Order: sequence, then structure tokens, then C-alpha cells
Amino acid sequence: MNIGKSRKTSDLAALDGATFGLDKAMTLVSFVLLFVIVFIPIFMIVYNAFFFEGRFDIEMFQTVVFSKDNVEAMTNTVIIGVAVTIFGTIVGLFYAWLLGRSDIPCKGLMRALFMIPYMFPPFFGAMAWDMLLSGRGGYVNTWLMNTFGFETAPLNINSLWGIIFVEVSYYFPFVFMQVVSALERMDPTLEESARIAGASQGTVIRKITIPLVTPAISAGALLILISSLAHFGVPAILGFSKQIYTLPTVIYACIDRAGGSFEGIRQGAALSILLVFVVAMALILQKIVLSSGSYDIIKGKSMRPTLIKLRGAKYPLLFLSVITLIVIVLVPLVMIFLEGLVKAYGLPLIPENFTLENFQNLATSKATMDSIRNSLFLSISAGVICMFLGVMVAYVVIKIKPRGKEILEMLSVLPYSIPGTVLAIGVILAWSGALWGISLYNTIWIILVAYMARYLSFSMKSASASLQQVHPSLEEAARACGASHTESLKDVTLPLIRPAMVAGFFLIFLPSMRELTTSILLYGPYTRTLGVQIFALRDSGQIPQASALAAIAILIIIVCNFIVTQITKDRKGV
Amino acid sequence: MAEDQIILKHVTKRFTTKTLGTVTAVNDFNLNIHEGECFSFLGPSGCGKTTTLRMIAGFEDLSEGEIHLCGQPVSIKEKNLYVPPEKRGLGMVFQAFAVWPHMNIFDNVAFPLQIKKVPHDEIRKRVKEALHHTSLDNMEDVYPSDLSGGQQQRIALARAIVTNPKVMLLDEPLSNLDPKLRESMRFEIKALQRKFGFTVIFVTHDQSEAMAISDRMMVCDMGNIMQIDTPSNLYNKPVNRFVHNFLGQSTFLHVVLDHGQVYARGDMQNPLPLAIPEHAEREMVVATRPNAIDLNRDHGFKTHIYSRVFLTDTTEYLVPMGDQLLKIQTPHRIAFGKGEECYVDFTHVMWYPEEDESAEAERAKRQLV
Amino acid sequence: MADVRFENITFHYGDKCILKNFSLTVEESQIMCLVGPSGCGKTTLVRCLLGFIKPETGAIYVGDRCVFSAKDRIDVPPERRHIGVVFQDYAVWPHLTVLENILYPMKKMRMNRDEMARRSRHALEQVRMVGYENHLPSQLSGGQQQRVAIARALVSSDEVIVMDEPITNLDAKLREEMLQEIRVIQHDIGTTILYITHDQEAALQLCDRMAIMDYEGNLCQLGADEDIILRPANRFVFEFIGVSNFLSLVQQNGRAYIDVGEKYPLDDCPMDIFAGGQKMEMGVRSNDIAFDNTSPIRAKVRSSVFLGSEYNYFIQLGNRDLRVQQNALDVIQHGEVKEGQEVGLRFLQPRYYPAKEQKGGNA
Repeated sequence: MNIGKSRKTSDLAALDGATFGLDKAMTLVSFVLLFVIVFIPIFMIVYNAFFFEGRFDIEMFQTVVFSKDNVEAMTNTVIIGVAVTIFGTIVGLFYAWLLGRSDIPCKGLMRALFMIPYMFPPFFGAMAWDMLLSGRGGYVNTWLMNTFGFETAPLNINSLWGIIFVEVSYYFPFVFMQVVSALERMDPTLEESARIAGASQGTVIRKITIPLVTPAISAGALLILISSLAHFGVPAILGFSKQIYTLPTVIYACIDRAGGSFEGIRQGAALSILLVFVVAMALILQKIVLSSGSYDIIKGKSMRPTLIKLRGAKYPLLFLSVITLIVIVLVPLVMIFLEGLVKAYGLPLIPENFTLENFQNLATSKATMDSIRNSLFLSISAGVICMFLGVMVAYVVIKIKPRGKEILEMLSVLPYSIPGTVLAIGVILAWSGALWGISLYNTIWIILVAYMARYLSFSMKSASASLQQVHPSLEEAARACGASHTESLKDVTLPLIRPAMVAGFFLIFLPSMRELTTSILLYGPYTRTLGVQIFALRDSGQIPQASALAAIAILIIIVCNFIVTQITKDRKGV
Repeated sequence: MAEDQIILKHVTKRFTTKTLGTVTAVNDFNLNIHEGECFSFLGPSGCGKTTTLRMIAGFEDLSEGEIHLCGQPVSIKEKNLYVPPEKRGLGMVFQAFAVWPHMNIFDNVAFPLQIKKVPHDEIRKRVKEALHHTSLDNMEDVYPSDLSGGQQQRIALARAIVTNPKVMLLDEPLSNLDPKLRESMRFEIKALQRKFGFTVIFVTHDQSEAMAISDRMMVCDMGNIMQIDTPSNLYNKPVNRFVHNFLGQSTFLHVVLDHGQVYARGDMQNPLPLAIPEHAEREMVVATRPNAIDLNRDHGFKTHIYSRVFLTDTTEYLVPMGDQLLKIQTPHRIAFGKGEECYVDFTHVMWYPEEDESAEAERAKRQLV
Repeated sequence: MADVRFENITFHYGDKCILKNFSLTVEESQIMCLVGPSGCGKTTLVRCLLGFIKPETGAIYVGDRCVFSAKDRIDVPPERRHIGVVFQDYAVWPHLTVLENILYPMKKMRMNRDEMARRSRHALEQVRMVGYENHLPSQLSGGQQQRVAIARALVSSDEVIVMDEPITNLDAKLREEMLQEIRVIQHDIGTTILYITHDQEAALQLCDRMAIMDYEGNLCQLGADEDIILRPANRFVFEFIGVSNFLSLVQQNGRAYIDVGEKYPLDDCPMDIFAGGQKMEMGVRSNDIAFDNTSPIRAKVRSSVFLGSEYNYFIQLGNRDLRVQQNALDVIQHGEVKEGQEVGLRFLQPRYYPAKEQKGGNA
């Protein structure tokens, strides 16, 4: 309505005199911060890939991009990405339909099991599966060879299929969550009207239900695709030993080999552009697929959809699903704990070989304690800073609406789609002294800057959603009651978005605690993160210690998750 | 004699809920709907009308009883007989339209025919006809999300009539439309019924809508049928206070009968111009319609104007009678001023016994289910 | 209690002129209903009063205080205007209890604790929410939240309260109750209330005086409900309330005729209405048309719908369709008419207005 619009822009004019300071200041700070944190690193990548010492130089780019190894890495990345997406979608769909539409029992149990992959980084799973199914003699392979007399290991996790398997087991919940939510919120009369028209249950699913949840499916599938394309941990752990590279791991290898020299970083930049190109293609694919309609299928009345009776298939399906879940989700976790207790890698997992030494060593190892401290510091700082930054930017974009707010919006959500590897390289280029004389390289601050860039979009999305629910009349009512603009923000707006802010904090704190992809490129001798330390321990052959640390990380994550659920449970708010 | 096309025998439906225990949503419904009739289920929310419709459609099973459609049994609890919705050959239109957004209008309307494997050419012809009857000509390629609520409802109608069903179920089909549109859609539905001759069951909570469209209606409350009759009989001879009050505005007067005269409670001096009814008791309630009362300047019960409020189409007066205030509505041109002397005469009234108010509380509790 | 004066308010949104030299006085201790269709400018006017938008010309006074003057460059910010507000969506703060909501404006005024306690108690009594002090809005129904909003407005200002469509989101029965309550409260306290709505029925029930605005932001009529209904000032006001029919009129040989293809003489029509030379139309409400077989004006009943308390007819008179409403009393006294029947019509209380510029008069 016209009047509504006039209200929002003229508001600013009316409030002009009294609040020049606050609104304009927030807008200015938002622009500057986003420019420095997000725009500059991205710009530096593009610049350094194509320019050398001020002159345009496409040679390095061409050499790097078309080298045989790198082309192979790109092919692997795409193959893995596509395969993981396809299988992850199928598995996710299967469970979504099972839990959202059938009368299978134990739904609560299965839902709980699904939350687990969300909590742990995929590379823990890679570690565990490597121990079980490594081509060189994982536990299961050894057992199979001994029992059945095979010459070579029958199952080899150090392969493309191995990588695909592990990634699928961690990414399928993306599709599951989207689809099960769409199924639950769908207006049941859409299906009922098809039945009245003569369609059997099966036809209804085929012609009505599935097409209507296709937007949810493609949203989940896209998330899987982008996550897989950008992922470092699983291909690193499973692929290095067999020279199987993907773009993120080849970028790491490139920089590692070059010992952190500028030339190496430049090459990394060139490869980053390649990676971004692949991701961009995926995003464009999404636009094409999703533009075929996102449907408004949410129901008004609270009617439950009729559940499909499984009858004879019920218990077999239940058995199959639970077993699969246990294998995918619980086995790796158990494996890690067991391995943390073992005296040396390769020893049979029997109580005689167990010891608490690994854990004790961790407590005394300076490197390990440092890494835990570093991760805590980084996660809390990134969480807090991004929480406030996200709210401020969201407020500027949604309530103040200055000219150029689209730029702000774009800059704040851009990092969401940019792979962590790429962001890390950009941050290196921006903060190594070349630009403004300050070098943060090898300090903890460079990691913090990268985290800020990476996670700002999380808190901004959460703050945006929350701010949009704060109806302007809530603030206006405060003004009419005698509150100045600043007071109304303090008394009304902030308290109402506080739950979302807290949620935003944890949305950043939890992933950054266990993060590996970005910090693996940015860590220095004293600035290892928890993820990096686990990876490094494993890389240097100290497998039980790596597992022990991973086990501790798991415990920390479980505790943090529990605290989060308690805190966010009884929030009053919008 | 028109054949009974839809028969309900002792149909009962019970639900177990977490908060209220077992609730009987539908209690022993017995109903015979004739072929070609437009029959409404009317009542407040929680009365059982939607549940009954869903049992006829086949989306709910019965706790007890039988349902027969077009001479065939479709649900018999005792014999565990249950025909699924897709085999009942009905047409149905829902409150929220339930038009499939991922299909264009042609595909939406053609869907029931495609299921029946009707040949392609015939599908095209029949869809065109159906669209013509619902004023959606030449819109085959349009997608529903581009259309207004009224147009989407017409798509739903076209889809329902394209198979020439004998019975059409309409579940509050007009509630999501704005008032002007509701009226015109009502005419359209009635015109379609006249043209095709199908039987219609129309569920609504809006009494004027039901009265406008129905040949006969069933008024229900809290799972029980109150009265089944034609609209004008229900309006003029409601069987109890609930039905009287539910169908249009009511005004009630508590009266005392004494020595062959009727007095307003609180005023035993001045008799009212009312004749003693057949089954008279000492204390009764007189019910009439606010705009059926003759407010004039010369004949009837003498009183004055206590208050006056202007409504959109009428002026509403309150006049004291005994210890109560009687509500009267007249067109604006009948203008009395506040405090002015006036006379009240009754035309058509119904008599009811005094009843207690606990029914109201039970009804309110029900609406939470 | 204070009065509110709008003087010559002009406001544009982009190119569109919403208000042009608009003036209105809301008298002290009255309920003034500002009524008009959506987009007519009533919400804009209120937002100017509250200080959320700035008009281009004019001045606004609340009692003795000037809160806005374009000429003198006065623009008091919203928090210092001391006007109570009840918004359409209540705007009750969900994170504060009922009591905290009501105390807020008094805290901003830095009242002392005893005074705050006394006033909040009084306000809660007025809106019948005593006992709910520690409830959160999420625990209250729509009607209860609305009452809290009203209580908060009551303590914000002794002088003026603005209510912007406060009951639209409530169901019919609750609306009735709330209107009663607002009347009672205002009667008790005597605060001036400016009530904005597009719902004529609510306005008619509530107001001491009504101001009707048309689509262009003009003030069409200002008066008591009786004036608006019985003596509408112009065609817009007449058409705005209720359902009306319009028929073209022609003048021939000193007599007036209804022109519906055929011409029917209208002997009661005052001839001076043709003096201005414009084309004239007769407007008549749908329940002011009676069936009278002695009348020479013959029409045919095209459809008849029984709605219970009234019968709605579509009647064809010449080339025009009329909507006629017959209430239960008429039906009992004169009988109903059936579809297809020919009837004679008599127009009771017709009014005469200039024809609208474009074709198809009834908007």
C-alpha cells in the first residue's frame, strides 16, 4: 500500500533532526566493515590471479588451471559433488517420506539420530572410516582378510567412492530436513482433492506430493552440492594417500608445497577462481531449477495429513532404516572413542590393548591445549562480533534502508556461497602486509578475520528474519509512549531480537569450534585450531592421539549443544 | 418421489484428544438427502458439520453407523466396509481451494479425466466445456498462482464438475473470499446446480449463505442435529432457541403468563398484544426478529425509545419492556428520537420454555477441539 | 482533555497528493470517528499528528500546544507529543508483562512510583484486566491484548488518544463488546478520542461526531451520526453508507422523468435540482423501495434470495437493475414477491445528486 511505503521512507526524513548520529553512523560503519572484511579479500584474489606487479599476466593462470593434475582435481571435485548430491538426495528423500508421511514407528529415535551428523565435522567420519576400511589395512579389512583368506583388502575407503560414501552420510540430512518440513507443513487438502478426483495413494504421491516438494528437494540438494564442492576434510583424509585430489585439497597442497611463498599463494588464487567458477555454475543451476516455482503450500487450519499405512513392509523398513542409521552415524563415533583408547594403531580393539595414556598425553601437550584455547577464543570472539555486526547490518538494511542497501545485502551473504578455502586465500592476500602495511599472517587474528567474513552471513540471516517480525508499530508505540529513537531500539527492538541473536551466536560458535577447511590454510606454528591439531596429529601418524583429541572434541560439542538447547528452550520473545 | 441419494444411518464419530478426553464430534446422525437437492450443513465451529462431510467423502472412517451413496453402501462400520475416496465418484471443493500450483489450469481440470484414462480429444473437449461453465474460457495455460481467490475457486469448481459427478461436496467454499465475491460465487454455484442437476452438500457457518443457497438445511450444534427443514421453515419455525438465534438476528423477551394475559417480566400492569400459545407455562421466552417488530405511533404496547444506534442499513432501537430492553430494527426512514414515545406491536413470534445457560459454556469448550 | 486542530495540512507521496489543505477540529472530550475508504488519507493524517511523518504545509495543535507548524518550523518529535495510540495490531510488547507494558509510558514521563501504581491500577480497572498484571501477551486472547493496548494509551495521555482501526482484527462478537467498552471508558475519563476506521458500522456505533473523507482526501461531511445517515451532505456520503441505487433523471416539458430506456414520470421530484444545468440522478437506498401495485412505474423481479431477516431482490426497471431489500416486517405485512413477477415500485426518501463523470455511476 502506498501509505505504508511513504511511511517508511519519510520516517527517516522526520527522524532526521533527532537521530542524525545513530542511523547515519550505523550505515557508515556497516559499509566500511563489509568493504574491508568481505570485498577486499575477494578483490585481492581476482587481482592477484590475473595481475602481477601491476601488469596483466594471464600466463600463470593458464599454466595452473590447465595443468594435468589440476584438471584432474577439478574433475574429481565435480564427480564427487554430483554423486554426493544424487545419493544424498535419494537417501534424504527416502527418510523424509518415511518420517513425514508413513506410519513407521520410532520416529523420535530416528530424528534424534539424524541430528548427529549435523553436530560433527565430516572429517571425523573420514578418520573413523579410514581406520575401518583403509585400503592398507583397516580393522574391517584385516578381519575380512583373516576370516575369508583374501589376498588384498576387499573394501577400500581411500577412493572416490569412499569419499562419496562418507560425504553422503554427513550431508543427506540437508535434504531430509527441508523435505520433511515441507511435507509436514503441506496443506493436506492438496492431496485429498486428488484422491476425490480418483487418484490412488501411489498416484497422489507421484503426481502431487513429489512435484510440490520439489522446491524443498532442490534447496536441500543445492546445499549438499555446494557443501561438497567446497569441502576439504574428507577428501584430504581419504584421498591424499592415494594421490586423489579435489580442488580444495589441491589448493592446500599447492600452498603447503610452496612453503607459504607468494608464488604459491598466487597459484592458490588462480585455483580458487576455478573453484568459485564451479560453485557459481551450481548456483546458476539452482536459479534455473528453482525458478520453475516455489509453491505456497502451507496450510492454515491445523489438519494432520493422512499417514500412509505401511502394513507388511513396516518392520522390515524399520529394521533397514535403523541399521543404516546406526552404521552411518553411530559406528564412526564409537570407532573414534575406541581408537582413542588403543595403545597403538593396528592393535586389535580388545580391552587388553586399551589405555588412558593418549588422553593424558593430550592434557600435557602444549600444542594440544593451545589448540583448544585458540579454538575457544576464535569461536567465542567470532560469535560475539558477528552477532552484533549481523544485527547492525540487518537493521541498516531492513529498517534504515539507505541508498545502496542492495550492495550491503549482497556483500553480507556472498561469503555464504564462497568456499572456505577461497576465503582463506583472499584473507591471506589482503592481510599479509601488501595492502596496508599490516601483516596478520601467522597470527590468530588472520583466522579471526576469515571467520568474521565467513560467518557474518549466518548471523545476518538470523537477525534479518527476526527483525522483519518486529512490526514497525511496536517501535512506534514506544515512541508515542515517550521513548526517543534510541530508547525504543533499546527497550523494544533489541529485547525482541535477543533470542535470534543468541541463536545466531551459537549458529557461529558451534561450527567454528570444529572447523578445518579455512584454518588449515591460515594457521601458524602457535595458532593451530582444534580441527587443525587433530588433522596434524593424524598426518604425523599419531592416530590414537588424533582419535583421542577427536573424542574430546566430540564431548565438547555434545556439551555445548546441550547448553544451547537449554538456553534457547525457554526464551520468551517474538 | 425423488430418490434418496445420500443416506446416513446412525452415524457417529468419536475422537480421543489429549486435552478433553473422548469427544463425540458427530452423534447419531440420520439423514436422507434427495437427488438434485442443494442441502446445507450449518452450525458453529465444532458442531460436527465438517467431520460429517469428511466421512461422506471417505477421509474419515465411522465410529458407528452406515453411509450409502447413490444406492451403494460406502461405509459400514459393523461390516468393516470402507470404500476409499477415489472410488466414490464425488466432486469436492475445499475452503482453501486446493488447486495444484505446479499445474496450469488445463492440467488441474483435466486431472480427474486423465486418471480415468479418457481419450485425449475428449479430455480437451470436456475441459473446455467445464471452463466455459465457470467463466474461465481460454485460460488453459494460466497458472493458478497468478490468479485471484475467486478465480482459483472457479478452477476448483471446474475440476469438480468435469467428471459429471452425481454428488458435489462443498466444504466452506466461499469463506476465504471477500463478501462481494461470496455473493456472486453463490449465484454461480446455484446456476451450475440447476444446469447439471447434481446433488450438493454445502457446509458453512454463515447462516445467510446457507439460507440463500439451500433447498433444505440441517442445523447442528455440538455434534447433535437440531433441525432439518427448508430455510424458510427453519427461519420461521425454529424448534429451539439455539436454532432461532443462529439463523439471523433474534430478540428475546422473558414473559409471565397470568390469567389469560401475557406480561413482560417486571411489568405485571400492562399486558402485551400477544395471544397465549398452545403449550403454555407460567414463565416462557418469546422470540422474534428485531426487524419483524412493528414500531409505530399508534397501536400496540406503549413505551419509549431508550437508545438509538445507526447501523449501516437499519436503525436499531432499544425499548424498555418490563425489566428488559427489546431490540428493534427498522429502515432509517422510520425515525424516532431518543426518549420519544412509541408503540410496539408483534407480528410473528415463537414461544420457548425458559432454559439454563450452561449449554453456552459447553459450546465454547468444544470449539477448542 | 484537549482538543486537536488540523489546519491546512498538505502531504504528497511522490507525485500523488494525499492531503490538500485539509482542516479538521476534534473537540475536547469527544469521540470523533474519521471514516473513509482505504487510501483516502486518514492514516496519513494520523501519522502527521503523531509525528512520524511531516506535512508540507499547515499546523497541528493539541490543546494549547503547537506540535507542528510548517511556517514557524516547529516539529515536536513523537516522544514529546504526549498522544496515546492504539494501533491496528495492538502493538503490545510481547517481551513485557501486562503491567510492564502499562508502566512504560509513565516511566518515560518519570512519574514517581506511587503515582504510577495508582494510575496503572485505575487503567486496568477501566479495561477490566485487573488480575492479569503478570501475564505475558502471548497468554492473552486478541481482545485482552487490545484492552492492554487501550490501558497503555490511557496512561500515556490525559489529553488525546488516537485509535487506528483497533478492532478490525477481532471477530464479530468481540468487536461489539470492545466498542461498548471504549464508549464506557471514554465516558468515564473524558479523554478526547480520534478513531480511524473504514468500518462505517463501528463508527456509527461509537462516535459523537463523524468526519467522512473521500478518495481524494476531501472532508465531505462532519456531523453526528444522525446527520450522516438522515442528511448526507453529498453523493459520496450517501453512497458510502449502505447499499444504494441510482437512476438517471431527465427534464421534459417541465416534468421530471426517470430515464431507464423507457421514461417514468416522477411527480414528487423538486424541479429546482435541474437549475444548475448538470445531468442529475436520483439515489435511493435498497430498503427504501416499496412494492406498490398502484404505481405506474413497472418493473420485473429477476431474482429473489431469501436471507432470513430480509429478502434481497434484483429488479429490472427498463434497462437498469435495482437492488431491493425487503425486511421481515414488510414481508409479513405485504407478502413477498416471486421471481418473474411484475411489480410496481414506489421510491420512499429519494435523494437527488449530480451524475458521476464516468459511466456506470455506482462505484
